Amino acid sequence: MVKKAGKSLKYVYLGLMLFFLYIPIIYLIVFSFNNFGTGRRVSYTNIGAWKGFTLSNYSNIFTGEAGKALLLTLEIAAISSVAATVIGTAAAIGIYAMKKGPRNVILNVSQLPMVNPDLVTGITFMMLFAFVNSLLAKLNIGQIGDIPKLVIAHVTFSIPYVIFSVMPRLRQSSGMLYEAAMDLGCSPTKALMKVVIPDIMPGISSGFIMALTMSLDDFVVSYFVSDLSSVLSVYIYSSARGTKGVNPALATVIFIPLVTLLLIVNLRRLSKEREYEIQSKKVKMKDKGGNTK
Amino acid sequence: MKRKVLAYPYIVWMVLFIVIPMFFILYYAVNVNGQFTVTKFWQTLKDASKWGILWRSVVISLKTTAICLLLGYPIAYILSNMKRSVAGFISVLFFVPMWMNFVLRTYAWHAILEYALPQLSDFLGLEGSVLMVLVYDFLPFMILPLYNTLSKLDRSLLEASRDLGANSVTTFFRVVLPLSVPGIVSGVTMVFIPAITAFTVPVLIGHGKYHLYGMEIEQAFKLLSGQGDYAVGSTLSIILLISVLVSTVIMNHFDKDQQTGGQMW
Repeated sequence: MVKKAGKSLKYVYLGLMLFFLYIPIIYLIVFSFNNFGTGRRVSYTNIGAWKGFTLSNYSNIFTGEAGKALLLTLEIAAISSVAATVIGTAAAIGIYAMKKGPRNVILNVSQLPMVNPDLVTGITFMMLFAFVNSLLAKLNIGQIGDIPKLVIAHVTFSIPYVIFSVMPRLRQSSGMLYEAAMDLGCSPTKALMKVVIPDIMPGISSGFIMALTMSLDDFVVSYFVSDLSSVLSVYIYSSARGTKGVNPALATVIFIPLVTLLLIVNLRRLSKEREYEIQSKKVKMKDKGGNTK
Repeated sequence: MKRKVLAYPYIVWMVLFIVIPMFFILYYAVNVNGQFTVTKFWQTLKDASKWGILWRSVVISLKTTAICLLLGYPIAYILSNMKRSVAGFISVLFFVPMWMNFVLRTYAWHAILEYALPQLSDFLGLEGSVLMVLVYDFLPFMILPLYNTLSKLDRSLLEASRDLGANSVTTFFRVVLPLSVPGIVSGVTMVFIPAITAFTVPVLIGHGKYHLYGMEIEQAFKLLSGQGDYAVGSTLSIILLISVLVSTVIMNHFDKDQQTGGQMW
């Protein structure tokens, strides 16, 4: 009895915590169907009073400022994650081939963007670009725009994550492979492309996914780096402070793909784990002569 | 071609965009309109109200971390003891909010406290509301490392403890808790430092009236229509960097086995 009560208490606790975590998200999703008025005077600030069902909030997302910000977010994330993956993978291979001294120096410096608070990273970039732009203005050459600034910043904070997910793979794979490929007549480039890269592919792809999510998720750095046009989270922040409020339909647009993706990835992993469990159980059964519970 | 060459583009990138920008904080702290001066730097350092805000931020971050640990540890513990197939599904539900846009989640609480439940906002007060939203925002970051550590725990150690006569409470405090210290340390790091610097929460939940250190820095840079007071902001950032460094050193002291940084995934 006591054990059963304890078990249901556990589920009650988990349920309460999930409720706490999801209540704001659900709240926004529910109010994304609320009628906030139409036309130019639409204001999302009063999201507490239900004024009837509508889908117009969803068509509003893809137009105007929000649509632009959404598009820019995806654009920056795509460019910066690919660039970070290429530069980071090459760097990891190069660093791995170095002597211990320089290798440690580079790896320690690479940890800076991971250890630094976002706020400091954002500020340092803002200062760097302000400085460069003031120099450019003196020389009358034109300025660095928001998009290049955002790309540079996102690539910089993503590269370390790529390096640190490729590095362990390189350590696992045999250093002989590269030399063996060359002994068998590969050129160095070919040996890298045909032997080393395929071997560390899992590390590269997990680094890429990390870079992608870091970029999609970033608010602080983008906020400090950009002036006029920026990514979705900056748009949300400035409209949350403004008089019009944030279109709650954005919550649905972010939430549904996210949950779907995570569940798919996890279910795939789960089914693999399940398979592994069954297999290891079979092995155990053989070992113990069918002596399982 | 030597493989080393492949790292050269990154090394150039690193120097340009990681190393050099760090020096700009020092540069702008003692440089106003191209003139070298330390007056602003000293003024900011001597400003007692800024130190008061830093202290308040440290205190509220400590509270946030403590509450996250108290709420998150049982969650991670329960999840780690579940059947793996069930735990996998439920743990994903706990981690989804981590990937959900931080600003949007904070805005959602802003909307709820403002329009749906003003009573709750009155009950909690300004500081209570800020604290609750900070806990909300960072709770998943506490659960993740705890769950990772606890689910890797060697079950045979627990059985051994039981066999040797310890009851479940003793087993928990003498075996499970000490073994989960690495998870606790990395959870605390993932909550405490971001909580000090978070400025969206005091701005959106505290309506800019509840000053925290991150917000102070943001305003120093952003308030004056893009111009900002770089000297004040830079000085505040230097203080922040030093505080973060000190707290990282303190926390690493508790967990000497762990490699420095980059181990959070």
